[in-house]
Amino acid sequence: MSTTVLPTYDDAVARYEPVIGLETHVELGTKTKMFCGCPTDFGAEPNTQVCPVCLALPGAMPVANRAGIEATIRIGLALNCDIATWCRMARKNYFYPDMPKNYQTSQYDEPLCTDGYVDVELDGETFRIEIERVHLEEDTGKTLHVGGATGRIHGATESLVDYNRAGIPLVEIVTKPVTGLGARAPEVARAYVAELRDIIRSLGVSDVRMEQGSLRCDVNTSLNKPGEEWGTRTEAKNVNSLRSVERAVRSEMIRQAGILDAGGRIHQETRHFQEDTGDTRPGRSKETATDYRYFPEPDLVPIAPDPAWVVELKAGLPERPSAKRARLREEWGISESDMQSVANAGAVELIEETIAAGATAAGARKWWMGELARRANETGVELSAVGATPAQVAQLQALVDEGKLNDKVARQVLEGVVAGEGDPAQVMAARGLEVVSDTGALQTAVDEAIAANPDIAAKIRDGKVAAAGALVGAVMKTTRGQADAKTVRELILARLS
Amino acid sequence: MSDLTRMTAAQLAGLIAGGEASAVEVATAHLDRIAAVDERVHAFLHVDREGALAAAADVDARRGRGEELGPLAGVPIAVKDVIATKGVPTTAASKILEGWRPPYDATIVERLRAAGTVMLGKTNMDEFAMGSSTEYSAYGPTNNPWDLGRIPGGSGGGSAASLAAYEAPLAIGTDTGGSIRQPGAVTGTVGAKPTYGGTSRYGLIAFSSSLDTPGPCARTVADTALLHAAIAGHDHRDSTSIPQPAPDVVAAARLGATGDLTGVKLGLVKEFSGEGAEAGVTAAFRESVEALVKLGAEVVEISCPHFEYALPAYYLIAPSEASSNLARFDGVRYGLRVGDDGSRSLEEVMSLTRDAGFGPEVKRRIMLGTYALSSGYYDAYYGQAQKVRTLITRDFTSAFEQVDVLISPTTPFVAFPFGSRTSDPYQMYLADLYTIPTNLYGGPAISVPCGLSEGLPVGLQIMAPTMADDRMYRVAAALESAVGTLTPPEL
Repeated sequence: MSTTVLPTYDDAVARYEPVIGLETHVELGTKTKMFCGCPTDFGAEPNTQVCPVCLALPGAMPVANRAGIEATIRIGLALNCDIATWCRMARKNYFYPDMPKNYQTSQYDEPLCTDGYVDVELDGETFRIEIERVHLEEDTGKTLHVGGATGRIHGATESLVDYNRAGIPLVEIVTKPVTGLGARAPEVARAYVAELRDIIRSLGVSDVRMEQGSLRCDVNTSLNKPGEEWGTRTEAKNVNSLRSVERAVRSEMIRQAGILDAGGRIHQETRHFQEDTGDTRPGRSKETATDYRYFPEPDLVPIAPDPAWVVELKAGLPERPSAKRARLREEWGISESDMQSVANAGAVELIEETIAAGATAAGARKWWMGELARRANETGVELSAVGATPAQVAQLQALVDEGKLNDKVARQVLEGVVAGEGDPAQVMAARGLEVVSDTGALQTAVDEAIAANPDIAAKIRDGKVAAAGALVGAVMKTTRGQADAKTVRELILARLS
Repeated sequence: MSDLTRMTAAQLAGLIAGGEASAVEVATAHLDRIAAVDERVHAFLHVDREGALAAAADVDARRGRGEELGPLAGVPIAVKDVIATKGVPTTAASKILEGWRPPYDATIVERLRAAGTVMLGKTNMDEFAMGSSTEYSAYGPTNNPWDLGRIPGGSGGGSAASLAAYEAPLAIGTDTGGSIRQPGAVTGTVGAKPTYGGTSRYGLIAFSSSLDTPGPCARTVADTALLHAAIAGHDHRDSTSIPQPAPDVVAAARLGATGDLTGVKLGLVKEFSGEGAEAGVTAAFRESVEALVKLGAEVVEISCPHFEYALPAYYLIAPSEASSNLARFDGVRYGLRVGDDGSRSLEEVMSLTRDAGFGPEVKRRIMLGTYALSSGYYDAYYGQAQKVRTLITRDFTSAFEQVDVLISPTTPFVAFPFGSRTSDPYQMYLADLYTIPTNLYGGPAISVPCGLSEGLPVGLQIMAPTMADDRMYRVAAALESAVGTLTPPEL
């Protein structure tokens, strides 16, 4: 197989039609786990958020978390699904050390939500992705292999298990097979996951962070010749970024086309996406399907959502992110790609609230997408957790508009806000950063600068106005940046004209 | 003070409350009795002498402070080893949990502690409650106090034997297919399976989740009712627990003890009268029915046509659930681990651990259940069994439209000699023939001693509609008032 010559992507899509299917897992942001009262905080010390239930100690029993069921129904409704009036949890039986009960409490033939769709827009074209099912299950723990060179089980001397994640509610969203995408399949796959992420984020039920695994995607891909039956599919597991979703589909299409070109056949298998190379490597073979021996979970009573409750939840759904983006794009007067960046940064609501607090659209966007987004990136926190509130950002912008702060100093004020020193006005006062607007004091500084730089002053007098910049710089230095540069420049030119 | 061990729980509670005996004296008497006879009976897997005396001292202290004590305060109790007891070894009579001390109490144990009962220790049982003779305990069988060469019933043989041997006045059992009632019948004691969901399963090591029901065992109906009342009621930690007030079984038992059953309609299960049962069992049962009629009860023959399929349905459902419930015993987090010397793969370690940790009956049921749930066979076995379960439930529902309770012998035969049925699992399974339908339906049932056959106890079973536990206690107490309790031979 290694000798297979890979075709180009264009060649592959010229000869084959792709069918893709996506299974997306979303970790819900409930305060407690799905079947017990343990907290779900990310990054806690291993095995500190566990109890007899999520450790599956003998005799322990699950009790369903209503918040998890509600979140699942809201996701289903947002994806235009039908909500079951009666369904059950099931047990999916298999042995794995990070799964405490050696069965996963999940749903099988009775999912909570079925038959929905998501419309995905790509360059003005709309692709409808049909949703097969949305069901609720629990996450497993995590295994850590130590003592080996690679961190993998091979060569490890010990395997450690952290059960903090075990039992966190997980929603699985499964698409129906998507056909007819042709060469656009990789992009549509990516756009679908992005849209899904935005929808779920708008519901407030998960922080949907792919890099932390709260949104994980398995990508199924198969190729067939036009007019022929669907080919054998492979499944790329745990693809952890939007970019990787696109790359995984693309590279798998090329790999499969190469095998089919050479007259080979595709093996149904699980493959692991490689972030470094962008291709997939074989994992577990699925030639013989695992028998999970599903059966209805006898420890939990059936779930029968009151139809009135479902109607209420539906009425309470937020505006669809794509519609909201279109509306806000219009209101803010920005491009689709700028809007996409805002959405990707999770800044839509923050900017909206900042505008509501009195800032202009441009002002609000500038701070959130500039200084604050940079800080969030550097410190690895969500923008909403960066340390500044929409009200504070609006106040900062107002101070700039009033001329009390210049842009540069406003950044220092923001730094103080983020550091928890108080509101912008308080930080400004405490750090003594208010713009020097006393023209008498400024005039003195200007005169000193002219006196100290006779050569430059001479140039300006000769009409070389551009040289004024150096004197502005000197004044700014003596005023510790707190002067309004434009005013300083005007004063210099007036003195030397 | 050795006569303290011959008293009922109600009498003991009265003595303690009245200051005529201290809880420590009562506990000591029972602990001494255990020390004297349990070598021969082997009802206990673990005796918690220290814990018992501390709990008893606490009751005495509370009494000393003038605190009001509950109706079972200071009364000793034995708890089946399948129920989690904080800090006290809990093994489900399996090697795979040898030495495991749970970090938490089962809900019913919490309630027993709150009621002031004094836990003496953990009783022997068939491994993971799978069996009908307590011969499948990994720690050796329990001997029936009526005849030490015979089985004490199963799986709660230890609990029943502890009562018959006067080692404890009260015991907790669990009933998945008859494991409280059948041992009760063959040891001449009383055992009740409450309505499924009427007692919490939280902390009960699961065998078959949709069938398992913890329940009370005692030597008298009144004591059984007192214990029943102490453990029953809704538990938010058990999703299948019924969120309703528990029926007043204590008042019902008192009412029954007056011996008047006028206006009560008893249904005689046609399918369970005669065929397959030992003649002595049938005779004792018939005499008891006559006694009930003398108390004013009306007896009607009722046909429950699907009961004959209960046994096969049970032996698909229970092992299926067990195969899944027992999957957690893999040597990863607690209990036994075998083969972990660095030379073997994870799968091999799990496999070796389970092979060494589970006994033959448990393995048999895991394999049976795994097979019944596997794709391709699910519909033919598990799915079909669930349909039978529905039909049996309908049999009960329609029967209870005609009568108040159903009655039958508890078991088709008296205590059998050790080893006589272990070679043929099907013969063993027949021991629960009459008790299993109730588990599939979910209603309550009780076994009350109703006479002797060849010198060995026979039990009469009373089955009631779900959440009508009080109804069966009334009939049970009336029967007891007519036929009396049985006294086992001196050990």
